[in-house]
Amino acid sequence: MIAYLSQRVLQAAGVLLGVSIITFLLAFLLPADPARMIAGRSATVATVESIREQLGLNRPLPQQYVTYLGNLLKGDFGRSYAQKADVTRIIRSRLAPTLQLALVGILFELLIGLPMGMIAAIKRGTWVDQGVMAFAFVGVSAPQFVVGLLLIYFFAYLIPIFPLGGYGTARHIVLPAIAVGLAGGGWYARVTRSAMIDVLRQGYVRTARAKGVFPSKVVFKHVLKNAVLPVVALVGLDIGVFMGGIVIVESVFGWPGIGQMIWQAIQLVDIPVIMGGVLVTALFVVLGNLLADLVYPALDPRIRYS
Amino acid sequence: MAQQAAPVEGTTGGNTPLNERVSAGRVAPAWLRRFMKNGAGVTGLIGVIIVLVMAFAAPLLAPHDPARQYFDGLTDFGDPLPPSERFPLGTDTLGRDLASRILYGARVSLLVGVLANGAAVLLGLIIGVVAGYFRGVTETILMRITDVMTAFPALILAIALAAILRPSLWIVALVIALVNWVWIARAIYAQVLSIGQREFVEAAGALGVGTFRTLFRHILPHLVSTLMVFGTLGISTTVLLEASLSFLGVGVQPPTPSWGGIINESQSYFLDAPWLVAFPGVAIVLTSLSFNLFGEALRDSLDLAERR
Repeated sequence: MIAYLSQRVLQAAGVLLGVSIITFLLAFLLPADPARMIAGRSATVATVESIREQLGLNRPLPQQYVTYLGNLLKGDFGRSYAQKADVTRIIRSRLAPTLQLALVGILFELLIGLPMGMIAAIKRGTWVDQGVMAFAFVGVSAPQFVVGLLLIYFFAYLIPIFPLGGYGTARHIVLPAIAVGLAGGGWYARVTRSAMIDVLRQGYVRTARAKGVFPSKVVFKHVLKNAVLPVVALVGLDIGVFMGGIVIVESVFGWPGIGQMIWQAIQLVDIPVIMGGVLVTALFVVLGNLLADLVYPALDPRIRYS
Repeated sequence: MAQQAAPVEGTTGGNTPLNERVSAGRVAPAWLRRFMKNGAGVTGLIGVIIVLVMAFAAPLLAPHDPARQYFDGLTDFGDPLPPSERFPLGTDTLGRDLASRILYGARVSLLVGVLANGAAVLLGLIIGVVAGYFRGVTETILMRITDVMTAFPALILAIALAAILRPSLWIVALVIALVNWVWIARAIYAQVLSIGQREFVEAAGALGVGTFRTLFRHILPHLVSTLMVFGTLGISTTVLLEASLSFLGVGVQPPTPSWGGIINESQSYFLDAPWLVAFPGVAIVLTSLSFNLFGEALRDSLDLAERR
């Protein structure tokens, strides 16, 4: 177990390194000059040059990268080009909202997906099953911005229960979280349904039902445990995905998350912020995967890694 | 002796064995018949056909020129018009007919979706096969690259690439392909691994069959089903990605109509003119849904997933 763990950690470090290299290259390929953007429009050539010197932008790329890595290991993400602040502080200010939206989003995914999947599995073949699956498919096929905008229209405008957007109270998080969680919810519903059907097909369960007895609580718990397994893996993955990729929902609702931060940084060619943001995102993805891989064998003793 | 096959309705089968009739071309292959029984799949296929027709026949079906801004296409205050007889789905912020824009937008979204997915499948196929067949160092390198790409938030990567490459229709397709090939490569790689371990591949190697020949004649045919599924299922994802990128402004650029782009342009008027979001939105959902249902049904009938 320890060996497996250390191997995975090493792998994760390698992945993060790869991500940092690719991001670095991409950031420098962005078609704008950060030195000029900082200097402003009316700056002289000399000012621009001196800024470039200060930031070390005129040194060869590999050297810049190595410098960056060195600072990274000291915990220094650099200073933002566009804002007068350390990248670490900027990221930290965005972490809380992003985490909140991610977690509540996952919560909604589970709230929507699990019951739907279970009902569909139990009522398999009936119109309930078909209806639930239809909803699941639609959920997966709907882009987040469409869902988000429609939610705003119906529940924040026509019937003003929720605010139109922004960040602050518990009310503010509901609509964005639904927009985020709908697609995943559909996916979870299908996965739960499959897993449950598999377990419900087991001999002892069928016997109980044939006898007219709904499977005892003990059996039900067993069914749940097995059905929950694939969902656990998905939750792990989702943590990673949500921490970095919900730019769209953040944009629609004006939610101050990391996705928005990276998006704006790309437009401003704010390289340190881009690097920091993407790395933090990738870190969460990797951690999420690791978490899922660890929880799996804990739930099902049959799965063991050599 | 030989068993008598039950007559299949609609054919002149009579008492001919099934396999004879299949070879004679009078009965569809097993997977196709299974597919036809899948209600959701057939619905998806119909949806796909409808979208294709919309795209191809746009010039015939569109009531107006999608680029034409009508002076009387706006209210006196300059707001978009709701659906009416003249403008069946209403007008947009510049007084253009929404229905026509949506029809022409189908071309863009479909073109990008199909192109992007085709490229992604091709890329994923090549990488997956090379990694799975040649093994060794190549395999490790390619799979590590795949791992790194998976950790990268897809949308962010797409945005960055689009910002670097100055978006146009083809660039957007390329960007989406570069973001989407990863899971295809993984799946193909796994399949090639399992195929490669089967005896006939070893036998081919022992007989001295060349690399290309083995690949094309022995391994590729087994991948066809997987490719068919990805080729359709993937479009549901690429269409969504294109819509998202266009919504953020880094996809297909105006004035070319694109469903995501229309929604993007209409954001500030949206609360007063919800049809500008609802109708393109429905178009996106229906398209993605159709390809999704179709692809999933294909997968089920080709027996690639477990039966439910």
